[in-house]
Amino acid sequence: MPELIRHDGIHNDEWTLVSKPEEGQDLSLPDGPALLPAAVWKENMDRFAGRNDIGIWFDSHEEPEVYADMIGDLPVIAVNFPKFTDGRGYSIARLLRERYGYEGELRAVGDVLLDQLFYMKRCGFNAYALREDKDSAHAEYCLNVFSNAYQAAVDTEQPLFRRRAS
Amino acid sequence: MYVYDEYDRQILTERVAQFRNQTDRALAGELSEEEFLPLRLQNGLYVQRLAPMLRIAVPYGMLRSDQLRRLARISRDYDKGYAHFTTRQNVQLNWPALEDVPDILAELAEVEMHANQTSGNCIRNTTTDQFAGVQADEMVDPRPYCELIRQWSTYHPEFAFLPRKFKIAVNASDDHDRAAVQVHDIGLEFTRNDAGELGFRVYVGGGLGRTPVVSPVIREFLPEMDLLTYLEAVLRVYNRYGRRDNKFKARIKILVKAMTPEAFAEKVEAEWEHIKDTPSQLTPEAIERVKAFFTEPDYASLDDNPDALKAPREENKAFDAWVKRNVDAHKKPGYSIVTLTMKKTGVPPGDASDRQLEQIADLADQYSFGEARVTHQQNVVLADVRQDQLFELWRAIRPMGFATANLGTLTDIICCPGGDYCALANAKSIPVAEAIQRRFDDMDYVYDLGDIDLNISGCMNACGHHHVGNIGVLGVDKKGQEFYQISLGGSSQRDASLGKILGPSFAREEMPEVIEKIINVYVDNRTEEESFLDTYRRIGIDPFKERVYA
Repeated sequence: MPELIRHDGIHNDEWTLVSKPEEGQDLSLPDGPALLPAAVWKENMDRFAGRNDIGIWFDSHEEPEVYADMIGDLPVIAVNFPKFTDGRGYSIARLLRERYGYEGELRAVGDVLLDQLFYMKRCGFNAYALREDKDSAHAEYCLNVFSNAYQAAVDTEQPLFRRRAS
Repeated sequence: MYVYDEYDRQILTERVAQFRNQTDRALAGELSEEEFLPLRLQNGLYVQRLAPMLRIAVPYGMLRSDQLRRLARISRDYDKGYAHFTTRQNVQLNWPALEDVPDILAELAEVEMHANQTSGNCIRNTTTDQFAGVQADEMVDPRPYCELIRQWSTYHPEFAFLPRKFKIAVNASDDHDRAAVQVHDIGLEFTRNDAGELGFRVYVGGGLGRTPVVSPVIREFLPEMDLLTYLEAVLRVYNRYGRRDNKFKARIKILVKAMTPEAFAEKVEAEWEHIKDTPSQLTPEAIERVKAFFTEPDYASLDDNPDALKAPREENKAFDAWVKRNVDAHKKPGYSIVTLTMKKTGVPPGDASDRQLEQIADLADQYSFGEARVTHQQNVVLADVRQDQLFELWRAIRPMGFATANLGTLTDIICCPGGDYCALANAKSIPVAEAIQRRFDDMDYVYDLGDIDLNISGCMNACGHHHVGNIGVLGVDKKGQEFYQISLGGSSQRDASLGKILGPSFAREEMPEVIEKIINVYVDNRTEEESFLDTYRRIGIDPFKERVYA
């Protein structure tokens, strides 16, 4: 079973990431907990009412604004990094946490590399599906590489200039 | 100047350790070249034509003498004994070994220096007026605000992987714009509203490179406390909506143009509404704290134009010419701002040897409270020199090669390293600068021509800012041959404008001749007191075309 890094360590990942269905193709759900493409989930929301084993995932170009009122109860939201150099997922994560109040598990998926983990954590992610070829043994160092940060972000409400001035 | 506290020191130490770890993993093959690329770029490390190149940050251009000495030692121990001052107020080393870079960064950290975000698709070094804090006409000293931007942008978790690089410049002077704010991704200009409160006029979407744009204003007045939240709103809109499919269309100027400045501004305002009242809003205490690092040095009470300056100026024509050209008025009576020119003919513009770096450090200690500044024109400023010591200083710097009295003239050329060093360049630029300097070696004639910005770039990435040169030279490649295209009428000043292309390009050996013809059109047409740019703007490009292509 694939690994999932959370802030308390490495876990088995029981969730299946469902890809976007091709045109004309029906949605087929796997057994067990599933992460659905956000748009697909939205279209079929009624089907999943009351289930706690359905989450969604956003692609980097998608707008969480559209889903703002619907996502509060979801157990897991994932944000895809199609390439590690595509930084849109960081903004999406902050918006989900800071603007839309999402408090469940927020996962980084896709091209997730070690050296981005610290930034991801600061933007509100708390779970990471590291790209398969990367060694999760390094994750703890990379998640905590800095002991402090200048800016406010999801993990730090007070920017350093306020903490210094007080 | 800003001094690190425990927080800054620890964060920087952790950064050095992080890069050492990344370099080790890259050398061990655990990081692919593609994966290591943005990491090394964000630590200043390029892989260039001939060797790696390390770009060291000089926040808002300020250097202490101990930092200069450390740069000298690093350039001697790890490089070929010289460094290069860039058009972004940074310092570059051209020959470091990749495996030495973590050690170099550790040495820099000891003197509160780094190479953070000097490259890569992130927020780069914020630049400002090299005369900040010492000139009479500025509204406020911009440096504390630049330092706040520096801290905010350093390892910003949301903005380390932007669509493209991102450059911010700040200007606080009503009369001048030495920071070229209108050709930056974000330009900030201090202003006051009707109530007399301090704030910024915000320009977004300017820039040079392949698609040069003079930026529009997207907000006429931003209260000073809102600086960081508003920057965050602009960056978030850019991060989410900037193009990522084509690197040539990924700069924010393309987004602003595509959306229209009005629609872009609305989008930013809507984003900002959500975050303006968060703890990221600045506080008077926070601004005061940073301002305390940029207080005035211990100036003596002096009079302007003392005998110790007057007499030697009368007796020594060369000294007088240098004072006229390379010395600027200071806000304190009895003090001057001195620019050490790094534009001696035969030396690549901006290059300084290790010995020269140490000499600058000594000069800073002896004459200018231990500080020097790097300018975006690739010169070095001593900002607080006593007027009664100018003659002594001039005599000291002549043998060092810093007294070329050509500041602001035709031979004070801004010039990128070009094809001699840079892997991106299409053509060499340094030999062109040198040939032009040699052609115009009669200083009296050069002074008579007055202020002229001649800027040379070796490729369309425009590191030499050719678009905003009164005369711009761009190296182009035609079937493997180097040619040079000329543009006229650019300005990076408050009346910013982009140069217009004169016509077909020229071979390198033609360049001094062509520049001479252009200058002759100016000389033939100018009225008294008219600068090159004034004349060009009055008579247009046609007379220049006619003469050059006759």
